Amino acid sequence: MSQKEPLFSAKNIKLFTDPFNSGNPITVLVLGICSALAVTVKLQPAIVMSLSVIIVTGLASFIVSLLRNTIPNRIRIIVQLVVVATLVILVDQILKAFAYEVSKQLSVFVGLIITNCIIMGRIEAFALGNKPLPSLIDGLGNGAAYGMILVTVAFVRELFGAGTLLGYRIVPDAWYLKNGGFYENNGLIILPPMALILLGIIIWIHRIINKSLRDK
Amino acid sequence: MENIIGIFVKSIFVDNMIFAYFLGMCSYLAVSKNVKTAMGLGIAVIFVITITVPVNYLINNYLLAEGALSWLNKRYADIDLSFLSFIVFIAVIAWIVQVVEMVIEKFAPVLYNQLGIFLPLIAVNCAVMGASLFMQEREFTNIGEVFSFSIGSGVGWLLGIIGIAAIREKLSYSNVPAPLRGLGITFIVTGLMAIAFMSFSGLTI
Repeated sequence: MSQKEPLFSAKNIKLFTDPFNSGNPITVLVLGICSALAVTVKLQPAIVMSLSVIIVTGLASFIVSLLRNTIPNRIRIIVQLVVVATLVILVDQILKAFAYEVSKQLSVFVGLIITNCIIMGRIEAFALGNKPLPSLIDGLGNGAAYGMILVTVAFVRELFGAGTLLGYRIVPDAWYLKNGGFYENNGLIILPPMALILLGIIIWIHRIINKSLRDK
Repeated sequence: MENIIGIFVKSIFVDNMIFAYFLGMCSYLAVSKNVKTAMGLGIAVIFVITITVPVNYLINNYLLAEGALSWLNKRYADIDLSFLSFIVFIAVIAWIVQVVEMVIEKFAPVLYNQLGIFLPLIAVNCAVMGASLFMQEREFTNIGEVFSFSIGSGVGWLLGIIGIAAIREKLSYSNVPAPLRGLGITFIVTGLMAIAFMSFSGLTI
């Protein structure tokens, strides 16, 4: 047998950090925008959503990688869907039991993690051909990179749209026009379209920094 | 009847799948480089949504929801299987996509050649799954409303993808700043389209 690889070897760390820059699932690979932009109005649901996605991508990659030699190739999509759907049901039931308010806010978007392309994409591209542990790390890294984008968008939207972060007031009350100040919340930024425009701006900044990602 | 037309119009313009909920964005971004393929994918999505959502409605109402099994026997009245809905819905969608693919291949080979590559993709299109989950959440009272909701969602999605495909065809001739080319400008244009669609909010019939 080959020598056992340490958990924090350079290769594994690269697997985890790569999704944050040149392999970012959202800004580079264009995966998984579907399910989650609608929950970025406030920071708290965005964080809960990110954690759910991280857990599901990591565990789904891990489980499929364990099963990869026993799944017949022809029916692999349906097997993967069943694994992912089971994990999502678990996450949904846990949220309903321990964080009912947040699970009401997330409404259908927890269920939509099933069809989130990141999960299927990482399973197809990585977990089917690699050992369980690297697959777990790859899944966690991609989930975390995705969560980072969600949390960034939600941070901007809650700060400028409501003047709060995680429900705590950041912009002082006395600044508001109605209290004799000069400040007014930006009503536009809490509307759905601004999530898309903010994402466009994030991609713009990312490609200014990393020139190799630009489209020809 | 008015209610059915109201739901239809509302699901196209106000609760548009792309612009209000960002559903189906993956294929929306990947397959919107020209109008013709966008049209093909849009029609396939309408087709699949219109079949899957009513089927899922029947399954939800007669098998999964709380007390839904009471038509079998009074003893089953307090069984609640709704936690199974995610896995059942996705299985139904994957299954119907397969059946639709086989039926179209057999009886309408011309249409099959046009849709061919897009059909299997639809099984993981968020808009289809999203429509089923919204159907479950909004508690429609009869199957007519569900039909009009599902056709409306599909048509709304088609409108969105054709619009962005037409704009992207023109965009390829314009001088966009290099880091913004491709994905970035597509998101920003989609955002602007979504702002335009917001003018429909509050529309009632």
